Amino acid sequence: MTRIDMNSGGTAVSVRGLVKHYGETKALDGVDLDVREGTVMGVLGPNGAGKTTLVRILSTLLAPTSGEATVAGYDVLRQPRQLRRVIGLTGQYASVDEKLPGWENLYMIGRLLDLSRKDSRARADELLERFSLTDAAKRPASTYSGGMRRRLDLAASMIGHPQVLFLDEPTTGLDPRTRMEVWDEVKSMVGGGVTVLLTTQYMEEAEALASELTVVDHGKVVAGGAIDELKARVGGRALRIRPADPLQLRPLARALDDLGITGLATVTVDVESGTVLVPILSDEQLTAVVGAVSARGIVIASITTELPSLDEVFLSLTGHRAGAPQDSVPTHDREEVAV
Amino acid sequence: MSAVTVNSAGVSAADPRIPLRNHLRHTGALIRRNLLWIRQDPESMFDAILFPVIFTLLFVYVFGGSIGQSLGGGQEAYVQYVVPGLLAMMGMNMAQGVGTGFNTDFHTGVMDRFRSLPIGRASVLIAKISVEMMRMLVASAVLMVVGVLVGFHIHHWLGMLAAIGLSAVFGSALMWVFLTLGVTMKSAQSVQAMGFLVLMPLQFGSSIFAPTQSMPGWLQNFTDYNPLSALADAARGLMVGGPVAHGTLLTLAWSVGLTAVMAPISIYKFRTKT
Repeated sequence: MTRIDMNSGGTAVSVRGLVKHYGETKALDGVDLDVREGTVMGVLGPNGAGKTTLVRILSTLLAPTSGEATVAGYDVLRQPRQLRRVIGLTGQYASVDEKLPGWENLYMIGRLLDLSRKDSRARADELLERFSLTDAAKRPASTYSGGMRRRLDLAASMIGHPQVLFLDEPTTGLDPRTRMEVWDEVKSMVGGGVTVLLTTQYMEEAEALASELTVVDHGKVVAGGAIDELKARVGGRALRIRPADPLQLRPLARALDDLGITGLATVTVDVESGTVLVPILSDEQLTAVVGAVSARGIVIASITTELPSLDEVFLSLTGHRAGAPQDSVPTHDREEVAV
Repeated sequence: MSAVTVNSAGVSAADPRIPLRNHLRHTGALIRRNLLWIRQDPESMFDAILFPVIFTLLFVYVFGGSIGQSLGGGQEAYVQYVVPGLLAMMGMNMAQGVGTGFNTDFHTGVMDRFRSLPIGRASVLIAKISVEMMRMLVASAVLMVVGVLVGFHIHHWLGMLAAIGLSAVFGSALMWVFLTLGVTMKSAQSVQAMGFLVLMPLQFGSSIFAPTQSMPGWLQNFTDYNPLSALADAARGLMVGGPVAHGTLLTLAWSVGLTAVMAPISIYKFRTKT
């Protein structure tokens, strides 16, 4: 596949004022979004925020009520056929034919993408190998585990060497270990230069995969920007440190307070669990915290990194819970939940 | 912004038109998919094989004696009458299954993938119809074998092939009707119920199972315009002799008309389905 791209470093996905109404329901209510080529954009939001509607419009499965969107320079309404040639789609529900064996699924898509028989066969073998499905090649996809099905789905999306890949909640419903496997696959795809638009309900997933984030709620963009920037706004990660001796809890908190790292937010002591919670913004701060603790001679029993939940992200960014109307959350709730 | 992508088959992404050769390749790949389904689940062929057996035995041995008498013979006379009639029914029954099957297919994620691929969306429908036509031909062949076993005498072998062809043409036209139902209706059950409601009066209000002369006048008017009567009469004429032209032309006219109206509608519905 030869690719002549006269607009490198440009915008792979551009969305302007996108609206989709279903009767009274406003699934999308004026969305603007840009994804730069070769980057991973995470679209974070609760159920019903409009994430899937956005992906369906961008992959030409659904026509918008109004607004404009282009993918790889092609207009979703005016140039759907050209657009379909340069995208890959992995839906929320695995888009593979369950009655067909894994190999046949990939071979069929190769043929539908106008690869020759020989190339389709080679590509099916190659992708099954890459997604560790060679042993299951001849079995119907209905016998696959959830993780295998997602991997087959990802493999199917990669057959045409897409420029832009849409992943709609790629790990929803998977157990944590399988989720990691899928993440690894996505990371290796991005290494190949493909632009990815990923929707997710998990901050953790967005942080693991995306470089930029758009937070959506009720069909609207509520926040957007580089992950690090947003993390700074929502508090990012937090370290939960448990000293070996519970009596060291207060001295530990004081030591961290005295550390004076710029941007290091308030240290909280949780007596019940015998831990200290320290919000951190970078790996450097993590190192500084650990260094300071050991310099004081405090023995640590455990140290874990915690990420803010979707709810906490929404609270910090919008002042209300995900999916809930703004006025339904009393202010004192916010202090309890915020990190 | 101009991004030009050329794939290995030499199709430029800048050209939105899909060449005929590619349409055929896409349809071929999708036909393979539907055939693999049958290999995976051979029981799905049971209806095509058992349906003609059961109906032939049922009608010949249950009604054969009494209806045969009114034809001026007996069971033997009725065999000559009903076997061509059942051939007309074959296409209809296979067509009904298309709607149900397609509706079920639609509720799986794979349709989203097909619709996000750069293929003509009609290929998905045409592949489905092609495979159902093959099933229909299997059913017709089984019917002929069973028919001969219970005493059906084929007078014109070429005529028999023509009758099977005519039934297939009409069946494919009906498939577009059921595909439209399959795409439009919410569940497979409602497609089946709807199909049953439409098909029962059409089947029995025709000359498939019994001559229409003894029916009341208003019903005769209905049976005269019923395309299944035309098809059954044509099949009779072609296989055992008798008038052929009127039934054949009427059947072809119905087939062309139904296809011309329903094919674009079902493709449009499929294209805009969300």
